[in-house]
Amino acid sequence: MLFVEAQKRLGEFSLDVSFVSESPATALFGPSGAGKTTVINLIAGLLKPDRGRIVLDDEVLFDGRSQVHLPAWRRRIGYVFQEGRLFPHLSVKHNLDYGRWMGAQADSPTGFNRVIEMLDIGHLLDRRPGKLSGGERQRVAVGRALLMKPRLLLLDEPLASLDTARKRDILPYLERMRDEAQVPIIYVSHNAAELRRIAAGVVRLEAGRVVSSGGIELLDAVQPDVLA
Amino acid sequence: MLELSPQDWTAIALSLRVAVVSTLIALPFGVAVATLLARKSFWGKAALDALVHLPLVLPPVATGYLLLISFGRKAPIGAFLADHFGIVFSFRWTGAALACGVMAFPLMVRAIRLSIEAIDRRLEDAAATLGANHLWTFATVTLPLALPGIIAGMVLTFARALGEFGATITFVSNIPGETQTISAAIYTLMQVPGGDRAALSLVIVAILISFVALLTAEWFARRAAARLHGA
Repeated sequence: MLFVEAQKRLGEFSLDVSFVSESPATALFGPSGAGKTTVINLIAGLLKPDRGRIVLDDEVLFDGRSQVHLPAWRRRIGYVFQEGRLFPHLSVKHNLDYGRWMGAQADSPTGFNRVIEMLDIGHLLDRRPGKLSGGERQRVAVGRALLMKPRLLLLDEPLASLDTARKRDILPYLERMRDEAQVPIIYVSHNAAELRRIAAGVVRLEAGRVVSSGGIELLDAVQPDVLA
Repeated sequence: MLELSPQDWTAIALSLRVAVVSTLIALPFGVAVATLLARKSFWGKAALDALVHLPLVLPPVATGYLLLISFGRKAPIGAFLADHFGIVFSFRWTGAALACGVMAFPLMVRAIRLSIEAIDRRLEDAAATLGANHLWTFATVTLPLALPGIIAGMVLTFARALGEFGATITFVSNIPGETQTISAAIYTLMQVPGGDRAALSLVIVAILISFVALLTAEWFARRAAARLHGA
C-alpha cells in the first residue's frame, strides 16, 4: 500500500496531492502538465516534497514533520523512465545487472532468466543501448527496473516515445509483467486506452491537484484517446 | 639528421618522466576540482576558479617564483613536505614535475569540467533509483561518461608538461640529468656558438613525441566516444 500526501512548489507550478494506492496497478492519469511526473519523482525520492508524508507498506519514506527523507538509492523503488535512460556506456547485460550490483544482491539466475524471457530481450544482451530500437530500449528499461527487485515499480509514460505500432507491440509485455512479476505498479500516462489495459485503480490529476480517484470507470469520463 | 648525444638522451628520458608523472599526479586533483566546479555551488567558487586558471595567464616566471617561495627547501610547504614525507622539490626532477603539473592544471580542469557539465544528469537519477549512492553513481556513471574529456585533459597536460620551460627553469634551474628537460636542453644548446645544429635534433624529437601523443590521444578519444554511442 502506498500513501502519498505531498506539497511541492516548482516555480510557477504548485502541486498539492493526497491519495492512497492499494490496487496492484494504479494509473496516474491526466493531461500533460498536470504534475504526474512530479508525483512519481516525489515517490521515488528524486524530488523532495516541501511538506507532507509518503509511506510505502509500513515504511515512512518521507515525513516533513519528523524530517524523514529516505534518499532515492535506499528506497528500492523501480523506475522506468519515459526515455529509458539506459546507461549508454554499458552493455544491455550490464544495464540489467546494475541494480543487483548496487543492491549487493545475490546472483539469481532463475530470476534473471525469467525476466529476460518475459520481456524477450535475451538476444540483446551483448548490445549497447545506442544500437537498440525504441521498443527494445523500453523493454530493457523495464527489465532493469524489475531485476533490482523493487517493492514498487513506477512507469512514467513508458510508451510515449514510441510510434503507434511499437506501442501495440509492447503493451502485451507490460500486461504480462503486471501479472507475473507481482510488484505493485504506478503507471503514468495521459492515454486512457493504454491505461485501461494496464490499470485497476485510477488517480486523476489536473493542474497539480487530485480531481478524482477510484476504478477504471474514471477513464471513461474523458474523451477516448486513440491507441490506433 | 638525428644526432643525439648521451646528454640529449638524458634530457629526453627526463622530459618523458616529468610529463608522465606530472600528468598522473595532476589527474586526481584535476577530477576533484573539475567536479567541484561543475557540480557544486559554494562560497568562494569564483575565487577557486580564478586561482585554478592563474597559471594560464600569469607569466611562467612568476609561477616559478611563487613555487620557489612556497615549495623551496626552506619555504613553508616545501620544508613541511621534506620533514614529514621526505619529498624534496628544489633542484630535483620532482620539482620539474610539480612545476609542469601546476602550469598544465588549468587545461586539465577545463577539459574535464566541460565533459562533466555535458553529462545528462538524468542518468545519475536513474542510477540512484537502482540503488547507487552518490559515490557509486560517480564511479560507475559520471566518470565513465566523462572519459573522453578526461583523456583530452590528460593529453593537454602531457603536452603542456613537455613544453614547459619558464616555471621549471625558475623553480628548479637547469641541471643536466636532474632538471634539464628537452626545452631546457634546447635552450642551453642555443646559447653555445654552433649549437643550433645539435638543437635541431632535439626539436625534431620534441615534434615526434608530441605527434605520437596527440595521435594516441585521438585514438583513445574516438574509442571512448564510440563506446558511449553504441558499437
